[in-house]
Amino acid sequence: MTSMKRRIFLKGSLATGAIGVAASAGLLTPRASLAAWSKDAFEAKDVNSALSGLFGSSDLTGSDKIKIKAPDIAENGAVVPVSVTTSIGGAESISIIAEKNASPLTANFILGPGTEGYVSTRIKMGKTSSVIAVVKAGGKLYSTGKEVKVTIGGCGG
Amino acid sequence: MASIKMRAKASDGVTTIKALISHVMETGTRKDKKTGKKIPAHFIQEVVCEHKGNKIMVANWGPAISKNPYLSFKFSGGASGDTVKLSWVDNKGEKDSKEATIK
Repeated sequence: MTSMKRRIFLKGSLATGAIGVAASAGLLTPRASLAAWSKDAFEAKDVNSALSGLFGSSDLTGSDKIKIKAPDIAENGAVVPVSVTTSIGGAESISIIAEKNASPLTANFILGPGTEGYVSTRIKMGKTSSVIAVVKAGGKLYSTGKEVKVTIGGCGG
Repeated sequence: MASIKMRAKASDGVTTIKALISHVMETGTRKDKKTGKKIPAHFIQEVVCEHKGNKIMVANWGPAISKNPYLSFKFSGGASGDTVKLSWVDNKGEKDSKEATIK
């Protein structure tokens, strides 16, 4: 398996090599070429599996340099506004996890070199839970969480 | 397809992008009330923002992003008059994109 991978890497022309060829042609930054949608991460049923699927690790370091702006009480779980701001230098990505959702990972924002550590979006929450923001920087995963109470669940069914 | 509304504004060297995308973002867990069958998942998986050929931001989304997704982020290096492009692809391979001028 490893020698196959090496051969593919060296040839750069087999199925997975399309991205390799594009990267070597300078069309994709290395960061963006790793941005393929991860089924393992998005379909994971618990936080640790989602983190492992996305980053290969679920080791989180708590950080006070990440701020989550989200309502204390969300009246409509289908539309919960969440903004994450981080002052951690070299932030490569910001991920938003709704701890008690059936599939906790809601989004992963991969930031380009000049992009600020700030994202804002709206997520669905099935029930009251922690919203966890994970920032990847310098090979480590930093996180903070905020409890959001949900009065009407937002995932349907 | 005209699904994207976007505003890009530069202030003190930082450009703020705000976008609203029309998309059903179906989770795949809802049931059709008449047939009792699950409505298949249909959601945006990837959103890319480009400026001068660089990918400013790539977002990978799951079905838990709300219907008609709102998105905002900021980057430095953009100037008034520059063009930014936002594109998305969903799990069915449907896509759309929009260009906007930074104000």
